[in-house]
Amino acid sequence: MQVTSAIREPLITGGKTVHDVSEDISRQVEGKPSTLWKMAFGISAVLFAYGFYCVCVLLWEGVGVWGLNKTVGWAWDITNFVWWVGIGHAGTLISAILLLFRQKWRMSINRAAEAMTIFAVICAATFPLAHMGRLWLGFYWALPLPNTFGSLWVNFNSPLLWDVFAISTYFTVSLVFWYIGLIPDFAVIRDRAVRSGHKVRATIYNALSFGWDGAAKTWMRYESVALILAGLSTPLVLSVHTIVSFDFATSIVPGWHTTIFPPYFVAGAIFSGFAMVLTLLLITRKVFKLEDYITIYHIELMNIVIIITGSIVGIAYITEFFIAWYGQVPAEKYAFINRATGPYWWAYWSMMTCNVISPQLFWFKKLRTNIAATFVLSIIVNIGMWFERFVIIVTSIHRDYLPSSWSMFYPTMYDVGEYIFTFGLFFTAFFLFAKFFPVINMAEVKSIVKSSSEKKH
Amino acid sequence: MSNTKTYWKGLPQLTNDPEFVKHADKEFVEPGKNEDLGHSRRDFLRMMGFSMAAVSLAACEAPIRKAIPYANKPEDVDPGIPNYYASTYINGGDYCSIVVKTREGRPIKVDGNGLSGVTKGGTSAQVEASVLSLYDNYRLRGPKAGDKSTDWQTLDSEVIAKLAEIAAQGGQIRIVSNTVLSPSTKAVIERFKAKYPTAQHVQYDQASTYGMLKANEESFGTAFIPSYDFSKAKTIVSIAADFIGTWVSPIEFTKQYAATREVSAEKPEMSRHYQFESILSLTGANADYRTAIKPSEEGTVAAQIYNILASKAGAASLAAPANPIEHVEKAANELWANRGKALVVAGSNDKAIQVIVNAINTLLDSYGNTIDASRPVNFRQGNDEQMGAFINEVTGGKIGAVIFYGCNPVYDHPKGAELGAALKNVALSVSTSSTEDETASASAYKAPDHHYLESWNDAEPKKGMYSLSQPAITKIFRTRQAQESLLVWGGNGQADYFEFVKENWKNWFYGKAGNGMDFQSFWDKCLYDGVLEFPAEPVSLTFKGDLNAAAATLSSAQAGGYELVIYESYGVGNGSQANNPLLQELPDPITKAVWDHYVTISISDAGKLGINNDAEGRTQKLTLTVGNQKVTVPALVQPGQKQGTMGIALGYGRTKVGKVAEGIGVNAYPLIGMANGSLSYAVAGVKAEKTDENFQIAQTQIHQTYMGRTNVIQESTLEEFKENPKEWLEKSAKITDWEKKVDPSAVSLWKGHDYKNHHWGMAIDLNTCTGCGACVVACNVENNVAMVGKEEVINRREMHWLRIDRYYSSASDAPMNSKELEQAAENPEVVFQPMLCQHCNNAPCETVCPVAATTHSSEGLNQMTYNRCIGTRYCANNCPYKVRRFNWFKYHHNQQFYQANPAMNTELGRMVLNPEVTVRSRGVMEKCSFCVQRIQTGKLNAKKERRPLKDGEVITACQAACSSGAIVFGDMNDENSRISQLLDISKPEERPYGIDKKIGNPRAYRVLEEIGVKPNIFYLTKVRNKDREKKAV
Repeated sequence: MQVTSAIREPLITGGKTVHDVSEDISRQVEGKPSTLWKMAFGISAVLFAYGFYCVCVLLWEGVGVWGLNKTVGWAWDITNFVWWVGIGHAGTLISAILLLFRQKWRMSINRAAEAMTIFAVICAATFPLAHMGRLWLGFYWALPLPNTFGSLWVNFNSPLLWDVFAISTYFTVSLVFWYIGLIPDFAVIRDRAVRSGHKVRATIYNALSFGWDGAAKTWMRYESVALILAGLSTPLVLSVHTIVSFDFATSIVPGWHTTIFPPYFVAGAIFSGFAMVLTLLLITRKVFKLEDYITIYHIELMNIVIIITGSIVGIAYITEFFIAWYGQVPAEKYAFINRATGPYWWAYWSMMTCNVISPQLFWFKKLRTNIAATFVLSIIVNIGMWFERFVIIVTSIHRDYLPSSWSMFYPTMYDVGEYIFTFGLFFTAFFLFAKFFPVINMAEVKSIVKSSSEKKH
Repeated sequence: MSNTKTYWKGLPQLTNDPEFVKHADKEFVEPGKNEDLGHSRRDFLRMMGFSMAAVSLAACEAPIRKAIPYANKPEDVDPGIPNYYASTYINGGDYCSIVVKTREGRPIKVDGNGLSGVTKGGTSAQVEASVLSLYDNYRLRGPKAGDKSTDWQTLDSEVIAKLAEIAAQGGQIRIVSNTVLSPSTKAVIERFKAKYPTAQHVQYDQASTYGMLKANEESFGTAFIPSYDFSKAKTIVSIAADFIGTWVSPIEFTKQYAATREVSAEKPEMSRHYQFESILSLTGANADYRTAIKPSEEGTVAAQIYNILASKAGAASLAAPANPIEHVEKAANELWANRGKALVVAGSNDKAIQVIVNAINTLLDSYGNTIDASRPVNFRQGNDEQMGAFINEVTGGKIGAVIFYGCNPVYDHPKGAELGAALKNVALSVSTSSTEDETASASAYKAPDHHYLESWNDAEPKKGMYSLSQPAITKIFRTRQAQESLLVWGGNGQADYFEFVKENWKNWFYGKAGNGMDFQSFWDKCLYDGVLEFPAEPVSLTFKGDLNAAAATLSSAQAGGYELVIYESYGVGNGSQANNPLLQELPDPITKAVWDHYVTISISDAGKLGINNDAEGRTQKLTLTVGNQKVTVPALVQPGQKQGTMGIALGYGRTKVGKVAEGIGVNAYPLIGMANGSLSYAVAGVKAEKTDENFQIAQTQIHQTYMGRTNVIQESTLEEFKENPKEWLEKSAKITDWEKKVDPSAVSLWKGHDYKNHHWGMAIDLNTCTGCGACVVACNVENNVAMVGKEEVINRREMHWLRIDRYYSSASDAPMNSKELEQAAENPEVVFQPMLCQHCNNAPCETVCPVAATTHSSEGLNQMTYNRCIGTRYCANNCPYKVRRFNWFKYHHNQQFYQANPAMNTELGRMVLNPEVTVRSRGVMEKCSFCVQRIQTGKLNAKKERRPLKDGEVITACQAACSSGAIVFGDMNDENSRISQLLDISKPEERPYGIDKKIGNPRAYRVLEEIGVKPNIFYLTKVRNKDREKKAV
């Protein structure tokens, strides 16, 4: 059932026909990779290789190659973890919540956003793994597996264990959701391959499409599954970052021990996720010439989400300060004074500038419909969100209760290297995805092209 | 129609073949005998299962480590059960009566010996660390002639031949040593001297008190140092004497001093301690009133105090500079008011100052009260003049032979360099040093002595108080006891020093103290106790010193230049144990620096010199010019340092020392000057120039103040305490219940744990804790704590389970903002707070561990399961006390840590490890366990004997090491235990759960009470004996 308002701007421009959609999207998959793609992929692979070296050194030598110390037990590792998980959130929000709300504009962006979610969650997961002192045991001891150690079991009180469940559930659901969405599109590529006689391609995409037959009944089931998964994913958008925030909120560290964290983290996650989706899509749009599918209208809508979530985050920051003053707990009060004026003041004010002030620029329509401005601001937002996590984690624990233990954190090349590793991983995976998988959901987009009405003009 | 047709399956049935009939009821054909496959399906599965299991078992075979049992088990040695031997720590004039713990023949720990009347069970950091020096890789493996290894016969024959030749020519022979405490060793030297009449024994001390000996000779006729008894003093005035840290007998003094600092509601009395000094010493840090003065003003302070007292006593006054010095008058008035209960000591080695101090103590009636002249001490017998003369003789070529007995003057004498250069011209030079130190390297023969833990010896630390040393391990290397060497060279053949000591004790003491025992029993008893003490014989003293002459020679402040104070390091001491990483990584109690040498300068001088010493320890080096000596050392800005003065520690800059101490700092001994005929540890006219060289000093604490956080440190003054002992409890943080404000401990979401049997707890008295750090070393040794080296300390990753937080505070009523609170004052007050795992009842670390590696025991311990830990460090982040330590690297079997941590990285060093405590692997968290191995041993012993555990049976390593008794550990469920008595524990009505205890002691508080973690460690409020006008913030 397709209800389109005559007044509403078409979501897909350029008078695309259904066939055009198949052509435009499949072309990327079928054709030879462009030089631009090769360059981008090459850079990502180099970053990945360098980062992989740093990870190997980390695992060989020990966590000591990072700059952590007796006071600051987490720094870049968990900062990056929270940052990547946060980024992932936009994908789920777009594909699940916007699906439930029948927001059709999401159709041209959800595929890439979901892919981003999956890669971001993989990147995020590397940090809790790598930060463990004994990864070779930790990766399975943290799971509630039956074992021969007697009655030894995981500690269900620990927020870290909740993280294990939250992240693995999130990853599984996102992966299944994304893959099911891909199936009809794989079938399109298969069918085109069969027609053009590419046997190998046809075999591979046939396998990937699980032998999709395009029957009405298949479509019906497909729609139902998508809806069910959307329903399952929706609470995850809220729960995953809530649980991540529990790592801090349930602790007793001043600056961490805050009940505002769950909503504040979720808003921050969507904020940074949308910024990352924008960064990626603006690149993809350019590289694969998809301007007709990802239009200024899409960008503007996403920028509006950024203003809203950015403002929520800003209010949360101010609330924290107010409560620290109002609560009159000396350690808590000091933690916030120290945030703003202590040795990490620069991180705090970077965060405030990037997260609270810069998104407010999107109140200007000119800016929120400007590609260059959006691109720059989307990156600034993610820098700001990285600093937010750094500020919460490091500035809270580097000076907590006993002044004798106060210390500073200085990152080493391996802290940076591990972060680079995830960038390498993320972009390598993303570029492979963009080359070999249809970056836009053809099946869905076809339902919103308005070729007939446009052709009249 | 009848049917008679027969249906048959095959011809055999039709023919009724008997073979067929036999098997007709079987559905399937069975194989015939010859066709038997031999294996059924089950057999197949069985065999396959077995071979799979066998293959996989073979693949995971563990490497075989051979443990060889005793072929003949020695009597008294049971594997797994430690043996204890009473012995004596002697390092030059430093003395401590000890009990050595050995496991399977290896000494692994040194504790104090409570039977000793001198040290009374106390120890110091150096004593605790000395057990690792036994396993020092730098020790000589055997005798050496020049650079070549030799055997003892060759060495003996060559040395004896040379000695005979020199003696025949009438050449001078010298035995040089530090103070010799051992009467038997002195007898050995006498024998040697009897054989070679030109031989003389020269004693010197690194930290000389020759000025005191001379002053006493002048004042009372004999050169002696009396026993001091700080415990009897109500007013203590110390003029630059660091009696808690390094001066004369710090272990003993700490114990006495602490006794006067204990305060309770029943006994709201304590001593008042005035300190006048230039550097901020450990003693000064504990003082109630500390005045920063220049070293040149020490005489002025003494003379001014004397004059005030003299005017009250009606004696003649002295000529003294009249410049007003803060607190002098107040101190003098109080001294006078407390005559007979007052004590004045001075650290100066200047005879003149000591004579005036003697006169003061005479006026105060201290002799016979706080000073016991009937027990002269032998800790410092060095004669600076004799030593100086000896070096002149060596450089003048007048010495034929010199034997250095256990001393290292080439390094630790101001003229050491000259001596070292001149030694090659001496016909015979022998060093008995157990390492190839500076003096041994410069000597022709190295005749290495045993380590003290391998030796027989005796000691007379005080007149009439004796103690014995016995070997706790057979010699590790081809070394020989130096006394035996001297006996051999003195013509006594293959002498046995053990027999020699025994014989002496038989002759000297058996008659007096035998009490009808046979000698063997007497000897065994002495050996068992480790000490033998006789009552003192009273002496009377009359002061007859020439005060005016003394006053006339007092050094006056010289214009120009800085005044430099040269002090003994609290860690490596005089440098003899510099190669001990336990001491190198022991944070200096004041500066919290490790592995580094520096010059301390005042805050205002730092500004003048342009030194920028930031919180991370980054600083610049200074070039100090003292006479013709120049040294370049990093500058450390030290609150409390008197403006215009600087301080530099002895014990660094060793050149022949082994891997651990290689290249650390400069040698400060050559900077020592002379004053009134004795070595002077304060020199004036020092030029200081800033260099461009940057340096980072490693410090374990980089934030200096407690930011006014009264939930961390609670302080009070004695007057306030007397008025309202519960003041702090009333002022402490409260939380809001529904209706009212209540104590944080009154509310909890948790019922808590029920401790049915024991409930371990600890009380730490901030008043008696002097901050010395002996407990830190004891903890490191007991619990195999890894030393990590300078770089890792700069990375803030030291592993100490127990640390001593040192905070500066200043008296000010003005509210300060957070930035102002961070800065220490020019002359701050100091407080020490030992900080270790608080064993919280509601432990925040336990809830956050995802794998339950840290859990709560049924006795209140917070326990750490290393082999379950996966190293997320969440527990450490969530620990409000920051006492959890993470193994960032593999600290054992790792060449990277060879230098810093030989105890885990060398075959020899590993012998010191405590087999009862796991060496932690990379990637796991560790922390204080309340010495759980000791608790278990105590419980097992009680169980074996079918009796309840007695209080005092289990003592933690830190408690045992604490000379001042500031740490009390015990069972809080036991009403009669010391801790229950001390804290006045009772059951609360409102929360009758196992974890909750009502604490009656008004001084007791828990750090960060308001966050509700309910620690099992209680601190007793710091009480300063100060007047009301000032109040600490």
